[in-house]
Amino acid sequence: MLNPPPVLKVTDVTKNYRHVQALRGVNLEVRPHEVHALLGDNGAGKSTLMKIIAGAITPTSGTIEIVGKPVSFTRPADAQQAGIATVYQDLALAPSLTPGENLFLGREIMRPGVWGGLGFVDRKAMSREASAALATLGARTPSANVEVESLSGGQRQAVAVARASLWGTSLIMLDEPTAALGVAQTEQVLNLLRRLRDERGLAVLLVSHNMPDVFAVADRVTVLRLGEDVLTADVADLTTDDVIGAMTGSGVVAAPALGQGSTR
Amino acid sequence: MSAHDTAGTPVPAETAAAVDVASADDGDLRGSRLRALVAVATGRRASSLGILVLFLVIFVTFAVTAPAGTFLARSNIEAMALSASQVLLLGAGMTYVLIVAGIDLSVGAMLVFAAVTAAKIVAGYDDAGLLAVVLVAAAAAVAAGMLWGVVNGLLIVRTGIPAFIGTLGTSTVILGLAQVWTGGINVSGVPIRLQEVFGIGKLGGQVPYPVIVTVVIVAVLWVVLAKTRYGMRLYAIGANPEAARRSGINVGGYIVSVYALMGALAGVAAFVDVSRFTTATVSGYTSTALNAITAAAIGGTSFWGGRGSIGGTVIGSLVPATLTSGFVVVGFQPFWQNVAVGSVLVLAVSLDQARRRRLAGS
Ligand SMILES: Nc1ncnc2c1ncn2[C@@H]1O[C@H](COP(=O)(O)OP(=O)(O)OP(=O)(O)O)[C@@H](O)[C@H]1O
Ligand SMILES: [Mg+2]
Repeated sequence: MLNPPPVLKVTDVTKNYRHVQALRGVNLEVRPHEVHALLGDNGAGKSTLMKIIAGAITPTSGTIEIVGKPVSFTRPADAQQAGIATVYQDLALAPSLTPGENLFLGREIMRPGVWGGLGFVDRKAMSREASAALATLGARTPSANVEVESLSGGQRQAVAVARASLWGTSLIMLDEPTAALGVAQTEQVLNLLRRLRDERGLAVLLVSHNMPDVFAVADRVTVLRLGEDVLTADVADLTTDDVIGAMTGSGVVAAPALGQGSTR
Repeated sequence: MSAHDTAGTPVPAETAAAVDVASADDGDLRGSRLRALVAVATGRRASSLGILVLFLVIFVTFAVTAPAGTFLARSNIEAMALSASQVLLLGAGMTYVLIVAGIDLSVGAMLVFAAVTAAKIVAGYDDAGLLAVVLVAAAAAVAAGMLWGVVNGLLIVRTGIPAFIGTLGTSTVILGLAQVWTGGINVSGVPIRLQEVFGIGKLGGQVPYPVIVTVVIVAVLWVVLAKTRYGMRLYAIGANPEAARRSGINVGGYIVSVYALMGALAGVAAFVDVSRFTTATVSGYTSTALNAITAAAIGGTSFWGGRGSIGGTVIGSLVPATLTSGFVVVGFQPFWQNVAVGSVLVLAVSLDQARRRRLAGS
């Protein structure tokens, strides 16, 4: 019996900007039904890798496979077609639109029959579906006619995640989804991620800086340092010190005087 | 036409105010109730309830204080409707432009160019075959306006020039070309018959055709903006172009289409004016764009994009017309109208600004 192929397999991906080697050969495997955390210090290449997977930029070299099939995305739409949905750090919601309109933006539900043919949208249906999608995620959000602008940060994040869960059929990527949130709202978003995995059966790639978040929600972790993957392991087999060591490159040496300006 | 219901999913205020915003504070709740009310009154995504009330107050005040049989006289109402109709037609287009976070200062210039185009075609024709020529002239005016609109749109989308500066520039160019074309002289010789039948004609002897043209077009624009996918995407583009782009929406194409629409409406207004006045005036129209912007802004359309409604603009175009007529009828110097319109404009925009600040602060 073969294991099912990984949802996402990144092999030896590099990315050069003019003078910067942002990625120097990254390998990453995201398995079905897992929350996979991508960790790394500032400038390690996390966002660059995420943008490559999302089709927003093209890699200099290397291969990407989605569920065992090699792909080469040139536009975000390519990645969306392959079932990858992305929640960007800046959320990308339209504040004056309702949650329903935001969820279906670009893929609107049209009125049935001739009205739909004339371009009329079915806002009721979009609201209904949005409420259902949010309920599946266990998100506490206001009813459909409230503008996103009047929602709290956590509620907005829920809308963004719900949108991704609606569009993504294989992999959902999130860039720092809890960066701007308080304790309670962070917990709410982590719950959303668990539900994506457990109830929607999706794979989740979580880009994060936040160690407690990662240990709370992730099944596996990959650490990037200076554009290379330096550690991939089950969260259960790791301690915070292991991860920090990998992130900072201090390796087995007991944590040196971090944060004391001793950067040589 | 369900003009009053633009919310798509009309719900009672209670339901709209969220079942589960338990965590949100009372202010949010009251806000969404108010928004639901505004939605019913004027069309959503615009803070125009206050303006509707203000308009009614102004109207009733004049109706009560003016000598009997003046302000509410049929002829006066008709004059107000006529004076509001061009502002409304162009203000509706400007609402679209503002919603995608743009602005168009070249409306007056496009109008002049389109008027010259129409007048040149139709000038000197007699009754024989006049209808055909008139139709060609009307189409040419709309096409000319639309063409300039496309130029505006492409300029803004391709170069990333701020719309304010870009259309200020094209405004000067377009007007200059119209003046070069005519030698700076008004184009006259438009058949009187066109004026009699259409320009000052009335449907069934009751409603002036220019008013009907505006009402029909604005009704369509209202429904399109409030009900269709096209309209919904315009709001999204204005509110967050990056979100729209990531959703696979051709943002540039939509923006160009909106400027093209604005140009086409300038063409319609041009044809109406050529018919009304039997001449294409090359000077004048200097405040046309600003009047359209004023109407939209009074109606609650935001200058930051993503927010506005045709319903608001309808009120926003009636306010200046009502004030002008009212001050005359009551016997004030008509210049008070300028003072009043300017004040209402500042008031409306500060309401929008206050709302933005409140939301940003929360
Ligand atoms: N468009 C670009 N042009 C040039 N260099 C870039 C560009 N984008 C990223 N880089 C560089 O690539 C490296 C990796 O950047 P990236 O944004 O992927 O890091 P990150 O891990 O997401 O960091 P952070 O935690 O700060 O978000 C950095 O050195 C960055 O300066
Ligand atoms: Mg980053």
